[in-house]
Amino acid sequence: MFGLNLSFVSPILLWALVLLPILWWLLRAVPPAPIRAYFPGILLLLGLKDKETTPDRTPWWLLALRIGALAATIIGFAAPILNPTDVKPSSNNLVILIDSSWASAPDWKQRQEKLTEVLRAADQNNQPTALLTLTDTPQPNVPLQFTSPTASLQRVASLLPNAWRPDYMAWQTYLSAQEGTYDTVWFSDGLEDPNRPDLMNVLADKGSVSVVQNDVPVIALSSPRVEEGDMVAKVTRSFADGVSEITLNAVGPDPNGALQVLGTATGRFAATETDVDLIFDMPTELRNRVKSIAVDNRRSAGAVAVTGDTVQRRKIGIIAPSDQQEGSNLVSDVFYLRKALVPTADVIEVDLKTTLQAGPDVLIFVDIGKLSSTDTDNVLKWVEDGGLLVRFAGPRLAASQIGLREEHPLLPVRLRAGGRSVGGAMSWGSPKTIQDFVEGTSFHGLKVPEDVSISSQVIAQPDPNLADRVVAELQDGTPLVTQKTVGSGRVVLFHVTANAEWSNLPLSGLFVQMFERLAVSTSGTIDEIDDLEGLVWQPEEIIGAFGTVRAVDGLAGVQGEQLATKAVSSELPAGVYTNSGRKAALNVMSNDQDLNRADWPLGTTFLSLGKTSQLFLKPYILIAAFGLLLLDIFASLWLSGKLTKRFVGQMAAVMILASIGIPEKSYAQSDDVLSSIINNTVLGYVRTGDPKVDRASEAGLLGLSTELHRRTSVEPIAPVGVDIETDELSLYPFLYWPMSEGQKPPSDAAVTKLNRFLRSGGMILFDTRDAHLSSAITGGTANGRVLKKIAAQLEIPPLEPVPEDHVLARSFYLMKDFPGRHLGSTVWIEASQAESTKIEGVPFRNANDGVTPVVIGANDWAAAWAIDQNGRYMFPVGRGQAGQLQREYAQRFGVNLIMYVLTGNYKSDQVHVPALLDRLGQ
Amino acid sequence: MNPNLNMSPVSIRKDAENLAHGFAELLADARQLAATISLGSHGRRRAGVGEEFWQYRTAMDTDSIRDIDWRRSARSDAHFVRQQEWQNTQSVHIWADRCASMGFRSDDALPLKMMRANVLALALSILLAKAGEKVGLMDLPDSARQGIGHVDKLASALVQTSPEQDFGVPPKKDMKQGQKAVFISDFLGDWDMIFESLSHAAHQNVDGYIMQVLDPVEQHFPFKGRTVLLSMNGHQKFETLRAQSLREEYQERLIERKAALQQLSKRTGWRYSCVLTNAPATPQLLWLYQALGGKV
Repeated sequence: MFGLNLSFVSPILLWALVLLPILWWLLRAVPPAPIRAYFPGILLLLGLKDKETTPDRTPWWLLALRIGALAATIIGFAAPILNPTDVKPSSNNLVILIDSSWASAPDWKQRQEKLTEVLRAADQNNQPTALLTLTDTPQPNVPLQFTSPTASLQRVASLLPNAWRPDYMAWQTYLSAQEGTYDTVWFSDGLEDPNRPDLMNVLADKGSVSVVQNDVPVIALSSPRVEEGDMVAKVTRSFADGVSEITLNAVGPDPNGALQVLGTATGRFAATETDVDLIFDMPTELRNRVKSIAVDNRRSAGAVAVTGDTVQRRKIGIIAPSDQQEGSNLVSDVFYLRKALVPTADVIEVDLKTTLQAGPDVLIFVDIGKLSSTDTDNVLKWVEDGGLLVRFAGPRLAASQIGLREEHPLLPVRLRAGGRSVGGAMSWGSPKTIQDFVEGTSFHGLKVPEDVSISSQVIAQPDPNLADRVVAELQDGTPLVTQKTVGSGRVVLFHVTANAEWSNLPLSGLFVQMFERLAVSTSGTIDEIDDLEGLVWQPEEIIGAFGTVRAVDGLAGVQGEQLATKAVSSELPAGVYTNSGRKAALNVMSNDQDLNRADWPLGTTFLSLGKTSQLFLKPYILIAAFGLLLLDIFASLWLSGKLTKRFVGQMAAVMILASIGIPEKSYAQSDDVLSSIINNTVLGYVRTGDPKVDRASEAGLLGLSTELHRRTSVEPIAPVGVDIETDELSLYPFLYWPMSEGQKPPSDAAVTKLNRFLRSGGMILFDTRDAHLSSAITGGTANGRVLKKIAAQLEIPPLEPVPEDHVLARSFYLMKDFPGRHLGSTVWIEASQAESTKIEGVPFRNANDGVTPVVIGANDWAAAWAIDQNGRYMFPVGRGQAGQLQREYAQRFGVNLIMYVLTGNYKSDQVHVPALLDRLGQ
Repeated sequence: MNPNLNMSPVSIRKDAENLAHGFAELLADARQLAATISLGSHGRRRAGVGEEFWQYRTAMDTDSIRDIDWRRSARSDAHFVRQQEWQNTQSVHIWADRCASMGFRSDDALPLKMMRANVLALALSILLAKAGEKVGLMDLPDSARQGIGHVDKLASALVQTSPEQDFGVPPKKDMKQGQKAVFISDFLGDWDMIFESLSHAAHQNVDGYIMQVLDPVEQHFPFKGRTVLLSMNGHQKFETLRAQSLREEYQERLIERKAALQQLSKRTGWRYSCVLTNAPATPQLLWLYQALGGKV
């Protein structure tokens, strides 16, 4: 309509517009009220007759004004909506399915807005609604419950996507088991899944299905790989929508440890291509530091790939005795090592000192005997710092006599002099084979080739701790590989040589696998690690749905079998997993995975994800109609000559008062108010300028004041709103300061005043009121940021969470935590003095000498305390009995807090009373 | 719009004095001009001049020999006639209408018609009194008197209004022949009564001066639309649905009324002027003064 996207809630009312012409005629016919005027020349008029019988007409502009006012009223009540939503009104039950997967993450905000819109529409139509996030696992025992859309609306803000795809199969099973019919709005992430059509069929049986889907392709990044010395990453999109540029950032720690973009790769999708390989042109030094790759400007777990060890080439220093004979490659000590390592690592073969300067990841000593004490110290220090020293035995080591008497720091075990040879020409017995690796050792799971045999070795001295250090042993039980931990590094000893002289181990594939297991060489992605099974992998870093890579600690380990499925789920989040120094990178998108656009059956209703910004014009139009009617009053008055200057003045005064006077209460501290504040205890709250918040604060403190009155001898009068810019703060012992987004930071003068207030014993309770959100969003909440901005200016001492023995927890009631309307957020107070120590027999430390000037929390206490004029609670707290209890605790916290404010550390001094009485000799 | 009767003797005197103040120069001019035309006892006040003597002039054929001043004539060849100063003082009777219809103004910025009439009347009285003429009010029983002190009495009489009457009619006062009568009113009342009263004065052979004072609203009739018009006392009421359609007819009637007054003046040798309250008062006073002075 008129190029505007308008619709009406009750278009039938527009028929009333038909009445306007009738009104036009009526208004024209009815003359305006006569003007009464004195006129001395009246005698001259007597006897004159009106020539025209038609009365004077209402002027056209007044008519237009009145018609306009009426038309506006009619249109207003027809409730026009600008940019109406495309959600169809319906009265059926509504199920909202949300593919809250990583693919939804880039446009999550839009999705939330659309979800709000859908829920609002459902609310208008009184549709019972169920909101299901498909990345959760359905609970088969819990029936599908429909609730009021308002309840779901409250959840919208805290909904977050997950870094895995939904399990459509489970939901299909669940939903098909549920009774009843309903319409469905499905917020699809736009990706195809083999089980999705089945779920769609189930939903189609229950009612109509609308799909909300973004028409932008989903972009995902596969694990990077190394090709010809360069790191290559494959970017895939769910469908081709023309040429588009793509930039990848390789992120890793800079020398200071801070994460930085270390390199970028750019490329473009060809018009019809859905994938492209992007090559990073980076030096190896930099590439080794890359921890993850991310598509630029794309916040999604799919657009991030962690590298693990995939792209790293370890720097390995090989130290071998230099006096080798020439030309005997195949008997060279290092030949097989080189063969095993060069494909996956950078091998350095220079002298020890230079190697150490190059900062190798691994040092391999090939048959090195005694080192100088300086070298020993250097190597030891390097190992303690996390280096891995791998030693191979040999004639020199055997002859060097080190580690015989006592354990050498650079050898995992004590050695016996000599060593042994078996199966040779001069010895009995046959060469020994390697025993299967036992569980718990680094090599567990590796297959031992039958033809590997050991003919010579150095022997470990039996020691009490020998058994712990054996990694691999021969069939007769003699250790073949031993290792020990030194500092944060390891020393590993192969009791054989690195060449084929003592065994044919270096010739076997096992040799390479052992190196991989020892993390000497790296292999990288899960695809390449073929021995996942049987090991427990510990998650080290996890990719969030928005593509944030975050280090985690203390998560339960994952079985290798599960990891091998590569199916990212809530139990197996994408990220980097470690097992004894090895890293396995599990990315949302695996290399062999396809990314396809969801294929909806023909005839599916689509809702746009674009912002519709629905605007209800009703109030505006009605206000305009009201304004026109006011104008009409003036016009009529003016026409009938009653619009005298005095009248206009009065009206203007009334209008001005009406327009400015009502919402703003005057908060100037008048003398009366001041004197009553001075003579009584008054709780103050800082006005934020957000009327809703201010009202809640006032009601909250009123509630708290009432409780104090009832429970304690503190009898505050009604709370007072404080404007920190203008009002005197020293009158209040306590200020409640809720955070609201619209709040302006205080001016410099106000900051000075606040700091003086804090210094001189006042207390401010900062409340960000968002404990229900803070756990969800890691980057801090909006209110939290406001608090940070304000607090940065104030002299706030170092803080700590309220210790259990703080006097705040026992100033009136004994409390453990301090709930408000929300539960569980940490409450921060000034850190207690470090020297305070616990005294035996005294319930709490003498930690509170001095009252904390601030208490900071997020539990929205005012809302829990708030009562209205009739003493009823204004806001619900929790549910049922638990909710009542929570409110009671909130009130107790309030009482405790005010007690603490008013009595300071008196209560903590009270503990000394018995001792004092004792001293007085009573 | 009640007639604003906030007129104390003090204020009316003050206004009148203010108005009269500008006439000092006029008075002086009048003295010079009036070498031959004496207003009242002007001449007597001239220093060094005898009581009776005014001037010698050369005798003309029409002069009788008795009139020739021989002593003067003896000093020259021509004959001179000794002329005497006209010593008659004039009596001026003023009527300022102070009925309800005069208590009207269409705008707060304008003076009431009554105010304008009173101010003009008193200013004229002051001028005349200063000139030594006898001044009186027609609606006062006492006769016209000389002297500036009499002005205060006139002022106190002028503040007496008669709001109970809608329209004023000139009082029928007995005046002697040759005396002057000044009528200041809006003359919007019943014509027959006005005509009768004025005729009565005319029959007494007085010199009459009619000043019609009108408010601009009365002149222009700016009313529009449905209008109820009331006389000042509310005794008369007139309602019209389209006031603007009556404007021309009203204005015709007003012109008729003015013409009737003009006609009357012409026939009796009187002078007539119509003034508006939104015009400055000075020219109006000047007109009155000159009209009176010019005749004398």
